[in-house]
Amino acid sequence: MEDIKNPAVELTGVTKRFDDVIAVDTIDLRIADGEFFAMLGPSGCGKTTTLRMIAGLEFPTQGSLKIFGDEVGTLPPNKRPVNTVFQNYALFPHMNVLDNASFGLRMQGVDKGEAAQRAREAIEMVRLGGMEKRKPNQLSGGQQQRVALARALVNRPKVLLLDEPLGALDLKLRQEMQHELKELQRELGVSFVFVTHDQEEALTMSDRIAVMDHGKLLQVGSPDEIYEHPANRFVADFIGQTNFLDGTVRDSETVVLANGSAVAAPSRHTAGTKVALSLRPERIIIRDRGDNEAQPGTDGRGLNGVIRDVTYMGNSLAYTVAIDWMEVEVRTENRPSVARLNPGTNVALTWLDTGASVVAD
Amino acid sequence: MSGSVVRPTGKTGRLLAANAWLVYLFFYAPIVVLVIYSFSDSRNVGVWGGFTLDWYEDFGNSRQAKGALTNSLKVAVASTVVAVVLGTMSALAIERYRFRGRAFFDALLYLPVIVPDVTMAVMLLLFFAEAASLFGFSKGFATITLSHIAFSISFVSIVVRARISGMSEQLEEAAMDLYATRRQAFRYVTLPAIMPGITGGALLAFTLSLDDVVITEFVTGPGWTTLPVFVFGLIRKGVTPLINAISVIMLIASMGLVALSLLAERARGDRGSEA
Repeated sequence: MEDIKNPAVELTGVTKRFDDVIAVDTIDLRIADGEFFAMLGPSGCGKTTTLRMIAGLEFPTQGSLKIFGDEVGTLPPNKRPVNTVFQNYALFPHMNVLDNASFGLRMQGVDKGEAAQRAREAIEMVRLGGMEKRKPNQLSGGQQQRVALARALVNRPKVLLLDEPLGALDLKLRQEMQHELKELQRELGVSFVFVTHDQEEALTMSDRIAVMDHGKLLQVGSPDEIYEHPANRFVADFIGQTNFLDGTVRDSETVVLANGSAVAAPSRHTAGTKVALSLRPERIIIRDRGDNEAQPGTDGRGLNGVIRDVTYMGNSLAYTVAIDWMEVEVRTENRPSVARLNPGTNVALTWLDTGASVVAD
Repeated sequence: MSGSVVRPTGKTGRLLAANAWLVYLFFYAPIVVLVIYSFSDSRNVGVWGGFTLDWYEDFGNSRQAKGALTNSLKVAVASTVVAVVLGTMSALAIERYRFRGRAFFDALLYLPVIVPDVTMAVMLLLFFAEAASLFGFSKGFATITLSHIAFSISFVSIVVRARISGMSEQLEEAAMDLYATRRQAFRYVTLPAIMPGITGGALLAFTLSLDDVVITEFVTGPGWTTLPVFVFGLIRKGVTPLINAISVIMLIASMGLVALSLLAERARGDRGSEA
């Protein structure tokens, strides 16, 4: 486990069971103060349940959950120093923007005048000044999103929880909001815990990412670590695109692929382990080898193939290359200096040692 | 060509229009006749004797009629208040909680809607005959009000449930996340959000109570009568335009209530952003 002193949120052996279903399975997790932390996984992986446990909307079946050192396991949500931006925002439809934003303060007993004043500041902060009297149904999706943010942040939570907050927005707006959220988090310096199923969103926004599947925590690390050194096949597959070449570990430096060819691929797995070589499409170097049948790549990292198909994607080109026993996708940038290859071309595929990672199931 | 190919044209279209007008005529002609003859200066309904407001004045002067109207209103108000509270509570319980016997309770709640009035009236009569001898309360206001509560709860509950099921549970979670206690979440978020349903249910219960003849007739005691039962009694003695006048008053009152409920629904109709 990473060395984080005074974590904002600390989960130790947390399990959540719903009847017979284990939604979250013995998770250990520490989230640092001031960190932008993403929880990433497919739907049903337990990420939302984990967030709801931090919020107090669900109680753990087992384990300890601390917020700034205080055990909060079964404390109701109104007694926790955290606030949530809900999926679909959950704005109160019968209240206007100002009343929505001041609700939390009013419930805490802040007097009406001060609550309204602080709510106005929060509304200003999310750049909705002038909309105070509008009802939620008179706002666009993006504006509702901002109200939800203001409504949570006005309480100055120690941790802000966000449950797929951008899921309902269209692409352009989503990118804008990603940027704004990141800015806001830097400005405020509080931890944002962000649940998403969108790996790109997680990669671009977060300081660290936790990847979950089937209630288990598979890997926690910076976007860089997770992309470059996926802990297992699921993580490699879920984050970005990749090609899996099945094989077996021969020794700490070599993997034998399905067709018997040995390629240099350092790993920590013991000899004989079934693994896959994960090759990112953009990390593969593709070049025309003419009729030369010799094994390419002098350093033992390479494969022969024939281009089956080329897909034009604007800023890049995607080649489908048939190697002995399967097809591999290769991406190149669409630049004048990079020659475009045609289907049927005999090619050599090579990669640098950072281009591939060895993953087990 | 304007309009879609599925829109009827020519002869079919004209037949459809004629059909619609016939239906309207069937519905509303009796009402129009009723209203017209309430102003007729003749003892016989169906004979126009010139314009008069005498029948409305008669209604105003009749102690019996006014007494029946007061009784009706008392029963309607009392039964509506109780039915709204209990109906709303049962709606919340069924929609929001999982408990033993929930499905059974759910099915049971619809029963008064399905059971014929007469059956219900006989059941209640027998029940009250027993209860009256056991607890010694007299038949009249109490028995009628209890009976009206018994059938109104179902209607209130159905209307309120529709509203609750359209409301995201996340709203309550959001309220609690924003430091509201359970009680405050209910007071400031749940209740305002389901208020249109409650208002609608209340108006429905009020109207049903005001209209009811069958059940009331069965469970009422001697000398105690509500307006619809009084009217029914009048008819047996012979139909006079007084009945028309009373009917028109009730008609206007009912329409007023319906209009009120529509207005309430519209005023609070903003359904928020649940996707």
